[in-house]
Amino acid sequence: MIARVEIHPGRYHDSVRLMQASKALQNVEGVTDALVAMATELNLSLLADMGFDMDAVADAGPNDLVLALRAENEGAIATAHLVLDDALTHKAAPSGGLDAPDPKTVGSAAAVGDANIALLSVPGEHAFVEAMEALESGRHVMIFSDNVPIEQEIILKTYGGDHGLLVMGPDCGTTIVNGIGLGFANAVQPGSVSMVGASGTGIQQMCALLDDAGIGVRHALGTGSRDLSEDVGAASTLQALQALDEDPATDLIAVISKPPAAPIAEKVRRAAETCGKPVVITFMGERTLEEGAGDVLAALGKPPAQYGSWPAANEDHRPGSVRGLFSGGTLSSEAQFVVAPILGEVGSREGGEGHTFVDYGDDEYTQGRAHPMIDQTVRIERLSAAARDETVGVILMDVVLGYGANANPATELAPFIEQAVTAGAAVVVSLCGTRGDPQGRDAQAEILNRAGASVFLSNAAAAREVARLATARTSA
Amino acid sequence: MSDLSNLLDTEPVVATAGTDLLAESIEQQGAEVIRTDWRPPEAGTEAALAALAADGRNTKANETAVARMLAVRPQFVDVSVARDVFPDMTPRTFFHAGPPLTWDRASGPMRGAIIGAMMYEGLADGPEDAEAKAMRGEIDLSPCHHHGAVGPMAGVTSPSMPVAVVADGAGDGVAYSTLNEGLGKVLRYGAFAPEAIDRLHWMDAVLGPVLSAVLQSRGPIDLQSLIAQALQMGDDGHNRNRAVTSLFLRELGGALVDGADAPVDQRADVFRFIDGNDHFMLNLVMAAGKLGSDAASDVPASSLVTVMARNGTDFGIRLSGTGDEWFVAPAPPVDGLYLGSFTEEDASPDIGDSTITETVGLGGFAMAAAPAIVGFVGGTAAGAVRRTLAMYEITLAEHPMYQIPMLEFRGTPVGIDAARVVRTGVLPQINTGVAGKVPGTGMVGAGLVEAPMECFAQAIRALAATLD
Repeated sequence: MIARVEIHPGRYHDSVRLMQASKALQNVEGVTDALVAMATELNLSLLADMGFDMDAVADAGPNDLVLALRAENEGAIATAHLVLDDALTHKAAPSGGLDAPDPKTVGSAAAVGDANIALLSVPGEHAFVEAMEALESGRHVMIFSDNVPIEQEIILKTYGGDHGLLVMGPDCGTTIVNGIGLGFANAVQPGSVSMVGASGTGIQQMCALLDDAGIGVRHALGTGSRDLSEDVGAASTLQALQALDEDPATDLIAVISKPPAAPIAEKVRRAAETCGKPVVITFMGERTLEEGAGDVLAALGKPPAQYGSWPAANEDHRPGSVRGLFSGGTLSSEAQFVVAPILGEVGSREGGEGHTFVDYGDDEYTQGRAHPMIDQTVRIERLSAAARDETVGVILMDVVLGYGANANPATELAPFIEQAVTAGAAVVVSLCGTRGDPQGRDAQAEILNRAGASVFLSNAAAAREVARLATARTSA
Repeated sequence: MSDLSNLLDTEPVVATAGTDLLAESIEQQGAEVIRTDWRPPEAGTEAALAALAADGRNTKANETAVARMLAVRPQFVDVSVARDVFPDMTPRTFFHAGPPLTWDRASGPMRGAIIGAMMYEGLADGPEDAEAKAMRGEIDLSPCHHHGAVGPMAGVTSPSMPVAVVADGAGDGVAYSTLNEGLGKVLRYGAFAPEAIDRLHWMDAVLGPVLSAVLQSRGPIDLQSLIAQALQMGDDGHNRNRAVTSLFLRELGGALVDGADAPVDQRADVFRFIDGNDHFMLNLVMAAGKLGSDAASDVPASSLVTVMARNGTDFGIRLSGTGDEWFVAPAPPVDGLYLGSFTEEDASPDIGDSTITETVGLGGFAMAAAPAIVGFVGGTAAGAVRRTLAMYEITLAEHPMYQIPMLEFRGTPVGIDAARVVRTGVLPQINTGVAGKVPGTGMVGAGLVEAPMECFAQAIRALAATLD
């Protein structure tokens, strides 16, 4: 049996609270006697009655806290100290029945509910400070914001890498963690395929294609559009790749990126080779996501998929160039990649002669308004203009479904698609969505199709259709 | 480290800042979201905040600084005389509250207190004489804070005044304050009427020596324990000190009755004086605060606020990471209640070192413990609680000793982080007395005030400039 008497000078607690604490100490296994009290005469006499050595408390007064323990072993004494600290530390609802003010920084918000991820969509110039705070408090960070200086991105990713925290972004549009989508994300079936993607719509397109082929997704970790740049060096992609390789519930990893810097692409390929699991890499500018999805299916031993499409009732259209009106950057550049060998050069800015594919999700078109996946005003205006423009023969649009996106984009677009088709243009829609998406993928497809558009779940297929329509007309 | 298991193996719980739409779409999927009431930082501090975050030392430095602040164990050990404890004090030196000040910029109550102190020291025959001499530069002014001291309101400390000596039971620090004169026509509120001067003479002749003798006979008094108890009895440690003063008198009682070599009538007068002044303990609470404040100073890269103080003209703050530098802005007016026929027209801007209490987790930060104070601005008890709760957003720790029953004994918010002030726009909440603006008036009211944002913005920019 061990007896221990300690004095904590000047540490004051209310007597009722100390009685509760004493009771908690008495319930600790291995503790036979316990008293924690202010060292008043009464309490000291209690202590003497309990048979404790009073020498230790000779100098103690009523403003000092005395802790007396008798226990079977040191382990019980140590446990009793933890129990005491716990009993004397506040932990109940802190507001005294009143609502605490809303947290003002993401660090304090994360502490309120013990969050494991901080999601930032504050203006880019302010994202760094919030992100650093979240990291320093041990949270993973997704930065949806763009316009974050690259030096800050490097600092964040270096810190994250050193501390076992993933920095997703900046300019990270999509992440899915355990089936929960952050940012713009599609509803996925549970599965064993995980993704790492330095491209938001790249991840979304891969989710949509796999979903249509009946393949579920476990995680899709966005890393931000610049992750595979030379300066950032794929910091987050490599970190996520390794973690997913060690994740027992992941069987296959798909890596997706906007066109990477050549040495960084090489670095990622080498890292993929050391993984214990199959890794399917799709770098934009090298091949399409449809090809990437095909490799995923093959690696899983599945047959190639025929992705859903809803052909237009009438494919006659007036001659003219192709207008691509995109909301997803990767979908736009993938479509250019597909059509360029067939149609020749495609401009990516408005106002050019000939074929142009413009990404209306680019900063230039989102100043002061929501992203075109949410707010279609600008694209609808351009769709109307293209319908009126006799030099435009084919219009290609993407429609991205999922959480975070417009609740019913097809219904908003339908009258303007009808207008364009009536005016003689062909309209092709690349519909990026899954069957579980809240908008209802097939219902959206049918609305668009009824308005006169041909609809494809594969963006590459939509682009090929555009090339076919444009060339068929030219040769005719 | 590549193990992201607490990302990959758990249901996400997401803290969001920014577009509400993203928070909604996560909730739509059944996951838990904690939203942030985010706003951009104070204009002009963005680059400094980014530099602090990039430097990487700030968080650890703040942990170090606040731990030092909380580690002190203030003990009231003695009462001495100003000229004996301040080596830099000459017969014509006057310490004052707040950041550095010159006579020409001094407010009414500050001038009144300096005039009174000059008369008390025998350096002037009357108010006009004192004013003329002060104007000619025949006295030296220096902030209390530059000498390990603090003083409430004008905070004027002159060579003959008795000063409380508060020593750190857990370290080497020592802090000083004058003894509290009571309310009404008193020097610290700028009064220099004969009754104020007479009281000062009694304090140096009787109060100081008797207290010193009593402390020698009974030993030091643990101030932190008294303050902790008083917070559970309705005090805030700044504007309400009735409980702590009563507890102090109980501590003193036995030794005061025993004698301690002082005549019985003097001991009785000392008892009556302390008993008649609910604010007697304010100065000791302040000295205890100064001990913590000094202990937390000089941690490189720390944005912990070690000092908030006002001289009636300027409001000044200091940070742990910026050494002795002051960051000042005009002292704001106080929102409050006025005595008798006084109105806000009669009030001087905010004044005093007593905001040291707020820097160590008392006063406005502990208002939930003393809800009656919010009555000064016509608020409610719930409002007092809300004011305290708001302070957790800008502080680095919860006080391990000072607890608030109403908040389930949560520790008071302590250790103001200037970076969090400029990021959140939440300003430190201060409870304070109000002095009359005309020299010689004395106290006119009491109320609430917020520290000016400009001080914190300047301080954060200066701290960023210290980083390599």
